[in-house]
Amino acid sequence: MFENLTEKFQDVLKTLRGQGRISEGNIEAAVREVRLALLEADVNYNVVKDFTAAVKEKALGAEVLASLTPDQHFIKIVHAELAKMVGGEAQDLDLARRPPVPLMLVGLQGSGKTTTCGKLALLLQKRKRRPFLVPADVYRPAAIEQLKVLGGQIGIPVYDSDPGADPVDICREAVRHADLNGFDTVLLDTAGRLHIDEELMEELRRIKAAVDPGDILLVADAMTGQDAVNVARTFHQKLSLSGVILTKMDGDARGGAALSIRAVTGAPIKFVGVGEKLDALEPFHPDRMASRILGMGDILTLVEKAQETIDEKQARDLERKIRKSQFTLEDFREQLLRVRKMGSMEDLLGMIPGMGGKLKEMKGAAPDEKELKRTIAIIDSMTLEERRNAKLLNGSRRKRIALGSGTSVQEVNRLLKNFQQAEEMIKRLSKAGGRKAGRNLPFFG
Amino acid sequence: MRAKSNDSFLSRLKAGLSKTRELLFMNVEAVARGIGPVDEKVLSDLEEALILADAGAPLAQEYVEALRGKWRRGELPDTEALRSALRGMIAKTLAPRMVPLEVRPPYPYVVLVIGVNGVGKTTTIGKIAHWLKEEGHPVLLAAGDTFRAAAIEQLKIWAERTGADFVQHKERSDSSAVAFDAVRAGKARGAHAVLIDTAGRLHTKSHLMEEMRKVVRVIGKEMPGAPHEVLLVLDATSGRNAIAQAKTFQEVTGVTGLVLTKLDGTAKGGVVLSVTREIGAPVRFIGVGESVDDLRPFDASAFAEALF
Repeated sequence: MFENLTEKFQDVLKTLRGQGRISEGNIEAAVREVRLALLEADVNYNVVKDFTAAVKEKALGAEVLASLTPDQHFIKIVHAELAKMVGGEAQDLDLARRPPVPLMLVGLQGSGKTTTCGKLALLLQKRKRRPFLVPADVYRPAAIEQLKVLGGQIGIPVYDSDPGADPVDICREAVRHADLNGFDTVLLDTAGRLHIDEELMEELRRIKAAVDPGDILLVADAMTGQDAVNVARTFHQKLSLSGVILTKMDGDARGGAALSIRAVTGAPIKFVGVGEKLDALEPFHPDRMASRILGMGDILTLVEKAQETIDEKQARDLERKIRKSQFTLEDFREQLLRVRKMGSMEDLLGMIPGMGGKLKEMKGAAPDEKELKRTIAIIDSMTLEERRNAKLLNGSRRKRIALGSGTSVQEVNRLLKNFQQAEEMIKRLSKAGGRKAGRNLPFFG
Repeated sequence: MRAKSNDSFLSRLKAGLSKTRELLFMNVEAVARGIGPVDEKVLSDLEEALILADAGAPLAQEYVEALRGKWRRGELPDTEALRSALRGMIAKTLAPRMVPLEVRPPYPYVVLVIGVNGVGKTTTIGKIAHWLKEEGHPVLLAAGDTFRAAAIEQLKIWAERTGADFVQHKERSDSSAVAFDAVRAGKARGAHAVLIDTAGRLHTKSHLMEEMRKVVRVIGKEMPGAPHEVLLVLDATSGRNAIAQAKTFQEVTGVTGLVLTKLDGTAKGGVVLSVTREIGAPVRFIGVGESVDDLRPFDASAFAEALF
């Protein structure tokens, strides 16, 4: 379903192509597709309605820029509006006040508060702060234990909460304890609760009154559906949220909840959870979120990960070579090593909507570690000359290489074929003149 | 679960879904006013309401198209007729999926509980254990979530509460080994049901899905034909992603039953309508609250009625 959406979207956009101006007549279908895309991304119905109306108004009669086709122009408008609505610039925590600064994490059951608490503490520690973890969930079995274990894993002290105590007292006491012991940030992990549970919502209000937190953060699951607005609105009404943390963004949910929550609370999304490891908490990027909600995939994050692993000089060298079409097996080897450095391909590819259902096919597409090693071994068994000029590789040389690398001639042949394909691709790219394209493109063996 | 009567359960389900109803019929103004004529506005309001219930735009459209057809043929004289027609359609869609979980010989009946993070797997196991104990079945719980901090502790507390047998390994140990031991222990100790917890995992993480496949394989080795039930837990608050979850888990491990949790909030769980289109598994239970009695066998017409 998700896979088709982007395609369908592209089809509709084609109708806009070749038109000089976006008009009422030619925009209707495109707006409709945007509406469907947003609904499929779980953006709340009413938020979608407002959004599409705004986009239509912006797009209508807009003079199409010379450099863009009308469909590109329309997408640009949609994307920009979406990014604006989902949150302008990334915003940080409010820590500039007399320590200890209490931070409250609140949310529904299962949204990931406790894990996020651990992640946030680790992030703060990296920023040279002295965080203190406070389990204030006395309801869920072993919730206190869970935070203690997490604290132990990252070496951050955890308050020894009494499961029989009132969470309000726990929080008040913990903040006092933090003050006395020189902690500057206190993370309060509250129990998951339904927003319609008056009694438990009242408990949060009392905690807020008791500790005067610097931030009250709603922890919300990126997979949440239409109900996100009701949840966010109620939490906001009762507590006046200062921010949102969106969790489970490492899945393939399009995360329309981000837009809904932002629209009803106005509170900025401050962080996103992107994995099970405790360092998997990242600042929020509205523009990427916009791409993701539209079903365009979080390509930017992917590109950035690729960039991180390529150093500037190497990149420039490669670029020069690509320009001159001098791509050799040596460069190919470099690329393969880079792919390896980029880490788990499946994590990267998982960021692309629609990939979830395609894991099986992907298993073939993503190079597995073993094969990568063999490929590199093959290249390592070539002479420098051979690596620079693949045309030299006749039958007997191939046999020698297979022997030297402990592989077979078939495998050597396969590698050379892959290399040829990569070479072709590069030639095409260099013709397209993409400075960026060459730099960010990892070649999969 | 005998502690509370059926009526009280139904009323809690209704209370849970009442916000939905309010919302639905707040939107469908004509219906809110009471019985009135059906018109295009009512129909498009209904489509909106269905989308807000997480039924998804395509499905909402389909339902409303069908209703529009009936209306044009004069079969829907008023909003009351419209309402019961929609209710009927939903109940009819879900009725074939109303197959309760039945623990039967050869014992132990092995139930593997899977799902993404935070949907309520461990809690659901605790509640199922309670229900089975009430039915007179000896139960064994297996702490197969060896990843999340204190998940083992959490399940252990449930085992104590329900008087179930309990098998655990150390944290970070291989969950298929836990499953293997649990099935073996279940056989040796005469358990009727072995409920195996697993770590929550996003369906997009292929290595974790492979691990799941291994758990299933290992269970089957120890006891041919097991696991007898692979229970996928879905969160009623989740949106369209639940469909991708169901499809992927179905592909990797097979899914023989669904549990829809957290129906006590304002979430509608409409996504279950789409999920059951994608995979053939019946809905075994729904969860409507935190107390141990708040898990009940799925009832299609009660669900449809509570929804509309």
